[in-house]
Amino acid sequence: MLMVRIIPCLDVRDGRVVKGVQFQGLRDAGSPVELAAEYEAQGADEIVILDVSATPEGRGHQVETVQAVRRVLSIPLTVGGGVRVAEDAGSLLEAGADKVGVNTAAVARPQLVTELAERYGAQCTVVAIDARCTAPGTWEVVVRSGQESAGRDVVAWAREAVDRGAGEILLTSWDRDGTRSGYDTALLSAVSKAVPVPVIASGGAATIEHFHQALSAGADAILAASIFHDGDMTVGAVKGALAARGVEVRQ
Amino acid sequence: MSEVLIVRTGTANLASVQAAFERLGAAARMGTEAAAVRDAVAVVLPGVGAFAAALPALEADGLGEALRERIAAGRPTLAVCLGLQLLAEGSEESPGQSGLGVLRGVARRFPETVRVPQLGWNQVRCEAGDGMLGDGAAYFANSYRLIESTPGWRAAWSDHGGEFIAAIERGAVLACQFHPELSGRWGKALLERWWSRAQERVPC
Repeated sequence: MLMVRIIPCLDVRDGRVVKGVQFQGLRDAGSPVELAAEYEAQGADEIVILDVSATPEGRGHQVETVQAVRRVLSIPLTVGGGVRVAEDAGSLLEAGADKVGVNTAAVARPQLVTELAERYGAQCTVVAIDARCTAPGTWEVVVRSGQESAGRDVVAWAREAVDRGAGEILLTSWDRDGTRSGYDTALLSAVSKAVPVPVIASGGAATIEHFHQALSAGADAILAASIFHDGDMTVGAVKGALAARGVEVRQ
Repeated sequence: MSEVLIVRTGTANLASVQAAFERLGAAARMGTEAAAVRDAVAVVLPGVGAFAAALPALEADGLGEALRERIAAGRPTLAVCLGLQLLAEGSEESPGQSGLGVLRGVARRFPETVRVPQLGWNQVRCEAGDGMLGDGAAYFANSYRLIESTPGWRAAWSDHGGEFIAAIERGAVLACQFHPELSGRWGKALLERWWSRAQERVPC
């Protein structure tokens, strides 16, 4: 049986991790390489690097960052941010990413998902969806860091992405992100029932209870950033607590 | 120091495999020539991508024959993910195309009762006997898998909608459905065992 994955997410801008990282014992809390290695040592099952650089120049560091992280990391690495065409994904995979995430560009041009899946395979193709609740049980896709509605229904877009070959959905609740009020479990349940591929829950985690709720709602993996960066909890502590609740994790 | 030859098949992402060997202190080199595959001390057949795309390339360049010879002779060879499926008789992913036929069975898609692709860590359990494989948790990224073992080989099994071949070995030949290069310390230790076995066989 597949184990639940715990995935720390590093937001990287211009080659440096942003969002305050408060680890003890790191020489450089802004280094994606040191952080990725630290999380692997804590028991992370996978690392996600999201490039949030505002400019193409800032994103110029992306390939270098992926290469440097790959040298030290012996768990899977997913990279997202700035992928517009299949060649962008190709250079990230070449640099050492195992999976590539697409978001805004795929909403604007869904054919991108088809191209990635055909060229690199479903297992490399992650579609990230940012969801905003519009009414109970209904969510719309938002893009450009939540500033814009894409005019699409989240469940319908998740289905289309999978039909086009997406092998995984990274689902972020825009309403919950950064609030520490827990995952949007209704959203997770709706999407995980609608698609046959794994669904990664993102946005809102602050407690073990939140992780447990997301998994009960159907998430196959959970992604979190600040809860780990702040040093509130280690990945190992989260896994230990979930195991104590009968959840199967890798320890 | 001897080096490991990584066979470049189509669009496979090889950086993770290469990095894993470099962490072991092994020099890794990419190659596609049949002669190199025949002569190399240690060969890795990686596999990310589609069965249909990878196989014709192997057969056309005479690589398939070179791999079959190596494996028949028990020379150090590691197949990963799609690499394992390429060694089988075929795959549902591309009906009508034959695999290298080293392993018994046809790779079939996971049932619809489970998440496909299988992306994540699964428990691996080994059959009794001596070898490189041990029990542990391994990282998988696949939609197809073999469900029968090959006589004379030692298999390890996992379960995702039923039991399937997680890995299979004979002597210095190891084929893994999971990605040892992405399976943390456990995967690293397995690669180390394969690599040290490969080096034992380096002629003086």
